[in-house]
Amino acid sequence: MKIYFFLMTLLFTPFSWAEGALSGTVEQQPLNIPAIVMFLVFVAATLIITYWAAKKMRSTSDYYAAGGGITGFQNGLAIAGDYMSAASFLGISGLVYLSGYDGLIYSIGFLIGWPLILFLVAERLRNLGRYTFADVVSYRLEQLPIRTLSAFGTLAVVALYLIAQMVGAGKLIQLLFGLPYHYAVVIVGVLMVLYVMFGGMLATTWVQIIKAVLLLLGASFMAFMVLKYVDFDLNVLFEQAVSVHPKGLDIMAPGGLVADPISAISLGVALIFGTAGLPHILMRFFTVSNAKQARRSVFFATGFIGYFYILTFVIGFGAIVLLSTNPEFFDVNGLLVGGNNMAAIHLSKAVGGDFFLGFISAVAFATILAVVSGLTLAGASAISHDLYASVLKKGNSTAKQEIRVSKIATVILGAVAIYLGILFEDQNIAFMVGLAFAIAASANFPTLILSMYWKDLTTRGAFIGGFAGLLTAVVLVIVGPIVWVDILGNTEALFPYKYPALFSVSTAFLCVWFFSMTDRSNRAENERKKFEHQFIRSQTGIGAHDVSDH
Amino acid sequence: MSADLYEQVKKNHKFHQLVKQRSRWAWGLSSIILIMYFPFILLIAFSPAWLGQSLIGGVITIGIPIGVLIIVMAFVLTGVYVHKANKDFDRINQEIIHEIKQ
Repeated sequence: MKIYFFLMTLLFTPFSWAEGALSGTVEQQPLNIPAIVMFLVFVAATLIITYWAAKKMRSTSDYYAAGGGITGFQNGLAIAGDYMSAASFLGISGLVYLSGYDGLIYSIGFLIGWPLILFLVAERLRNLGRYTFADVVSYRLEQLPIRTLSAFGTLAVVALYLIAQMVGAGKLIQLLFGLPYHYAVVIVGVLMVLYVMFGGMLATTWVQIIKAVLLLLGASFMAFMVLKYVDFDLNVLFEQAVSVHPKGLDIMAPGGLVADPISAISLGVALIFGTAGLPHILMRFFTVSNAKQARRSVFFATGFIGYFYILTFVIGFGAIVLLSTNPEFFDVNGLLVGGNNMAAIHLSKAVGGDFFLGFISAVAFATILAVVSGLTLAGASAISHDLYASVLKKGNSTAKQEIRVSKIATVILGAVAIYLGILFEDQNIAFMVGLAFAIAASANFPTLILSMYWKDLTTRGAFIGGFAGLLTAVVLVIVGPIVWVDILGNTEALFPYKYPALFSVSTAFLCVWFFSMTDRSNRAENERKKFEHQFIRSQTGIGAHDVSDH
Repeated sequence: MSADLYEQVKKNHKFHQLVKQRSRWAWGLSSIILIMYFPFILLIAFSPAWLGQSLIGGVITIGIPIGVLIIVMAFVLTGVYVHKANKDFDRINQEIIHEIKQ
C-alpha cells in the first residue's frame, strides 16, 4: 500500500490528475443499470430543451449568444458548469484522497483567476464584443490577420480539450456504466453535435445549467453525509484521516506538488491567464444583456466554484476516512478500484448506496457532455463567425449562410472529436489540458488584454506576438518533461519545467510590445487613433450590442 | 454611433471621474488578489513546513484556514466590486448617457 502511494506520487504529473483516472488502462465494470437509466433521463430532458431552443432560434444572435437573454445568475451557473468539469470533480477529490492538502492548492489556483476576470475583463469584454472574443481583439485592428490568429488560438485550445474530454468519457463509461469505450465516445460525439447544431448557445447554456445544479446538489449531499459521519466536527474528520492514511500527518501540509519557485509561478501564470483566455468561457459573456449582468455572472460563478472546491476538499477527506477501512472498494492488489480519481465515485456508494452511486455516475457523464458541447460551440463559432464571415466573406455573408457554416463546422468537429477520441484511447493524454491552458494564456490572453488596455497595440504586434506565444507554448511542452521524457522516452528533457506558461506568456507580451512599438506604418497610426473611441465604448457601453440588436 | 457623441463623452467631466474611480477599484482589488495568491504559492515552494505547522495543537494545520480563507476572500472581493459598481459606476454612467443625449 505504501509503495503504491509512493509510486503514484512519482508518476503523478501535475495536470495529469485532470484527466488522470481517465488515462491508462481501465477494466470494464459490470453493467450499472441505475446509472444508465438516470443518464437517459438527463439526455431526454436535454433533448427536449434542445427542441425548445431550436424553435426559438431565428438569428445569429440567438445561435451564438442565446439572444443575449441569459440572466447573470443563470450565466454564473453556466460558467461554473463549464469550469466544474468531470476532471475537477473527480481529479481534485482524487488528489485530496491521494495527498490531502495538495488538492486545495490546485483548487485555489483554478479559482483565483475569476476575481481578476471580473475586475479587469468582464465589463469591457461585454461592451466591445458580440459573439467571440476575436470581436474584441479585432475591434480596431485588421480583421484578416487578427481573426485568423484568434481562430487558431481557439481551435488549438478546443481540439486539445476535446480530445482529453473524449478519452476521459470513454474511460469513465467503462468504469461507471460497464459499457465499452467506443460507445461512450460515439454517444458523446453525437449528442454534443445535436445540442450545438439544433439548439445553439441557448441549448448549450441550459444543458450546462442543469448539469451544474445536479453536480452541486450531489456534491453537497456527499459532503453533508461525510460531515454527519463525524458529527459535524472537522477535527474528528482530519484526525481520523491522518490515522488511516499511509502518509499520516503529511496530508495536512503541502507535499511537493510544485517543487521549485519557477514551476510554482509558471503554474500560477498558466491558471490565472489561461482561465481568462479560454474561448468557450469568454463566449459566455456575450449571452447576457449588458455589462451589469456580465459582472453578476462572475460574482455567482466565483461563489459556486469556490463552494464546489470546498466540497471536493471535504469529499476527498471523507473518502480517506470512509473508504480506506472498507475492503469492498479495493482490488486484490490493495488499489482503489479504477484508480484514485474514482474516490468520489466510491464515496457516493459508501454514503448513499447503489442508487446514489448511479446518480453521481450519471452526473459525471453528463458533466463531460455539457463541457464538450460548450467547447464545440466555441470551435464552430471561430470557424463560422471569425474565419468564414469575417475573413473569407469580409463581413458580406448573410445570417443564414453564417449559421449554416457553423452547423457544418459542428458536424465536422463532432466527427473529428470521435475519430481522435478513438485514436487516442491508449495514448498518454495527461499533457493536453495543461497545454490547452498554456495556449489560452499565451496566444489568446495577451492579445485580448492588450487590445483593451494598451493604446499602442497594432495588428503587426498582436499577430506576431500571439503566434509567438502559441508556438513557444507548444514547443516547450513538446521538449519538456511530460512529452519529451514520459511519452517520447528520452532520458532528459531539453526544457526542465512542466509548465511553459511563465516563458511563453512573457514571450508573447514581449513580442507584442516590440512589434507594436516599432510599427511605423499608416495602418498602425490609424489603429492607435481608434483606441479612444474603443475606450469610451468599453467604459460606458455606448454603442455596445444589445439584445434587440440582430 | 456618431463620432460627435464620442466627442461629447470625452468632454464630459463625469466620464473622467468614472474612469478614474473604476480603474482605482479594479486595480486595487486585483492587487489584493495577487498579494494573497503569489506569497501563498511561494510559501508552498519555499517553506511548506511553515504551512504545515499545527494551528492550535491538533492535526489541523495553519495552511488549511489560510487556503479556505483565500477561496472565501476571492468570492467576497468579487462581491465588493459588484456592489460598488452597481451602486456608483452604473449611476455615473447613466448620468453621462443622460447628459449627452440632451
